[in-house]
Amino acid sequence: MSVEPERYELSEPRRYAFEVDRREFIRLFGGGLVVAVAASDLLAQESGRGQLRGSAAPPEISAWLHVDEAGHVHVMTGKVEIGQNIRTSLAQTVADELRVPVASISMVMGDTDRTPFDMGTFGSMTTPRMAPQLARAAAAARELLVDQAASRWQIDRALLTARDGRIVAKDGRAATYAELTRGQALTGTIPATPPLETADQWQVRGTPVKKVDGRDFVTGRHEYPSDIKRPGLVYGRVIRADGYGATLASVDDAKARAMRGVTVVRDGDFLGVVAPSERDAVRAAAAIKATWTVPAGQPSAETVYEYFKQNAERPQPAAIATVQIPSGARVFEASYRIPYIAHVPLEPRAAVAEWGTDGRLTVWTGTQRPFGVRGELAEAFRIPEARVRVLMPDMGSGYGGKHTGECAIEAARLAKAAGKPVKLVWTRAEEFAWAYFRPAGVIDIKSAVDASGRIVAWAFDNWNSGNAGLQSPYDIPVKPAVFHATKSPLRQGSYRALASTANNYAREMHMDAMGRALGIDAIEFRNRHLQSEPRLRAVLAAVAGKIGWPKPSAPGRSLGVACGTEKAGYVATAVEVSSKESGFSVDRVVVAFECGAIVNPDGLRNQVEGSIVQGIGGALLEAIGFADGRLRNGSMAQYRVPRFKDVPVIDTILLDRKDIPSAGAGESSLIALAPAIGSAVRAFGKVDTALPIRFV
Amino acid sequence: MARYVLRVNGQDREVDAEPGDSLLSVLRYDFGLTGSHFGCGEGQCGACTVLLDGAGARSCVTRVGSVGGKAITTIEGLAAVRAGSEEPAYHPVQQAFLDAEAFQCGYCTPGMIVAAVGLLKTNPHPSEQDIARLMDGNVCRCGTYPRIVKAVRLAAERMRQTTTAGGQ
Repeated sequence: MSVEPERYELSEPRRYAFEVDRREFIRLFGGGLVVAVAASDLLAQESGRGQLRGSAAPPEISAWLHVDEAGHVHVMTGKVEIGQNIRTSLAQTVADELRVPVASISMVMGDTDRTPFDMGTFGSMTTPRMAPQLARAAAAARELLVDQAASRWQIDRALLTARDGRIVAKDGRAATYAELTRGQALTGTIPATPPLETADQWQVRGTPVKKVDGRDFVTGRHEYPSDIKRPGLVYGRVIRADGYGATLASVDDAKARAMRGVTVVRDGDFLGVVAPSERDAVRAAAAIKATWTVPAGQPSAETVYEYFKQNAERPQPAAIATVQIPSGARVFEASYRIPYIAHVPLEPRAAVAEWGTDGRLTVWTGTQRPFGVRGELAEAFRIPEARVRVLMPDMGSGYGGKHTGECAIEAARLAKAAGKPVKLVWTRAEEFAWAYFRPAGVIDIKSAVDASGRIVAWAFDNWNSGNAGLQSPYDIPVKPAVFHATKSPLRQGSYRALASTANNYAREMHMDAMGRALGIDAIEFRNRHLQSEPRLRAVLAAVAGKIGWPKPSAPGRSLGVACGTEKAGYVATAVEVSSKESGFSVDRVVVAFECGAIVNPDGLRNQVEGSIVQGIGGALLEAIGFADGRLRNGSMAQYRVPRFKDVPVIDTILLDRKDIPSAGAGESSLIALAPAIGSAVRAFGKVDTALPIRFV
Repeated sequence: MARYVLRVNGQDREVDAEPGDSLLSVLRYDFGLTGSHFGCGEGQCGACTVLLDGAGARSCVTRVGSVGGKAITTIEGLAAVRAGSEEPAYHPVQQAFLDAEAFQCGYCTPGMIVAAVGLLKTNPHPSEQDIARLMDGNVCRCGTYPRIVKAVRLAAERMRQTTTAGGQ
């Protein structure tokens, strides 16, 4: 499995180059001549980041799992809970293999001091990779407990079974796990292939276990990163540039400095304040007059598509996907445009940073990559990763938008100046302007169909939006697809389902255009080219049956359909759309999703419904406007996200394939919504080849 | 700076603040009531929703100086403590959100619940359209709207039954 798409989208330069604290620097590297640029490489090696560390999961059971004296099971994972429900689904996995109730499990997640290294929570990798890892650890622990009981009672282990937190012998003897371990670590290693249950043997997995922290959500008790309190806590605020790429020209901070308890921090282009209360910090920041120099001539939302094509970096700009068009074939060419969109996690970035007297840095922050943020902090402050601890309290969502540690770095910089723990919570305007966006992109497709209605040529070029979902699943003899990495005027990064939303939108709109021009039914046209993709045919058949394809439910309405596969999930979406005087409205969505064996059917249904609602944003409402290095719509009032009134009737069909390993399911079901809507809207008029969907 | 006495969840609480300071800031930072969340600071997302004399209000754009003697109810004031039990007696809306699993990350949940409690006070028989219209100022970015609608209707039904039973 490739992680390249994520890598590409994470390749963001560091935002701040803080002044080197010379004493620190010398302590680390000795007094010799060290070039600052090389220092980060040295640090990276010293702190053990990189390939080897990332791929090596500790073999010891005790790194993953501990049974305490009360029989409570503590499970350690570097993955984090951001709303996708893995705190519950991973607990189900351990409960099944260890044979304990879900309620006896505490998941310790995303704490760099307590959990094994993890690259981050992205790419829908928790269920296909972390769940099997924890299942192996739990199964190994179970077998170890059986061994311990066998040796204690001097009987054959074949006469013992593990159930309900106890080892039970055929003669009636029983011991709880707590009695067997007495709180001691489970000293054993995880065999390569411990006896694991298959999906048809699952007891806890496959059932709709309730979210384990639901009670804390409904009472307001749950502590999000922005709720963290520490003794002596003071509050930070950052003064932002008034444009991208700006440099700080002048600062008048006399008023702020005169305020009681206020510290002003300036380090290069970083400018911030620390104050005894949150409101004092807001007032102090407002009292500072700063001027910035913003580079002129930056691209706008309108010119960015041309900019991408002119600024392609890899592969070489001329490497366009080319394909032979057979003579007599009918050619279809189109260029699709995808705007930047914002994640808008409801909890903005937040961090509490605390420097210990021993020089250790502890940061509580909302991020999908706690270990990645630990690395960023170590690099920013030039200290070894071993001196940094990052903790991630389950946060107010991410959707791929919180991979980075800028807020953590800022809070730590302020805390260093203040000599006290600092809390920094970004404003909504900061979250819009200074986080990062889902990449915009241009996708050019040239295809051809022969007289029998078969696609005989397909060439696909994507500039900037990414290579997830780049390859067509359709049976086409030769189908070159090239991703062109380009410069991006806006900071960009991961997003739910990544570039596959863009690539599937373009591909499926193009499939729709071809089928429509040839007068072939949209599902029939796809099925003809999906002979080697039975799982896609199955989800298509499911939505077709449910929505009553091909006939809309009433005059003045139309149906549209699209499908796709991403991260081992298979999705088809059918929609019904009404023609309105003002345009159109989406009345009904039917989505069918198949991701192998279902771990938690209600959790999965929740994710699939949620992805459709989020998809409505990208399909109909959302696009970042910008020009001259500034956003035009960087607020909740101006940037429309889906609300109650935007939500159509959603029918969700889940296909459970117990014979196929479970894939991650928080993302992929989003990818077919926009093209399904685009297709349906084409019945009422010419639709632009750009998102969000609108008439030309 | 002036001293304000606010009636929060049935208790009088004092705070020194500027009249223009937001109620949300006072609730979170002075009173430690962090169940009301900061989402936008623009009054656009509803994560900070509280009740003022029973009506839903955006505490991030409510000035402390404007609250006067109004009764403030936050998410922390909805469930009743039950003697001898760690589990509180949930408000029917809280229970309905639990039963419908009407959340994912949970960040919007307190604001949604408080807004729904306010809505049901004035409209005990809301249709799905009523709920969508009256709660349109509350954003769930995870997209659990269909479940929230279901939860609010479930709560409404249970509250009507309780009221009817109580009246007999």
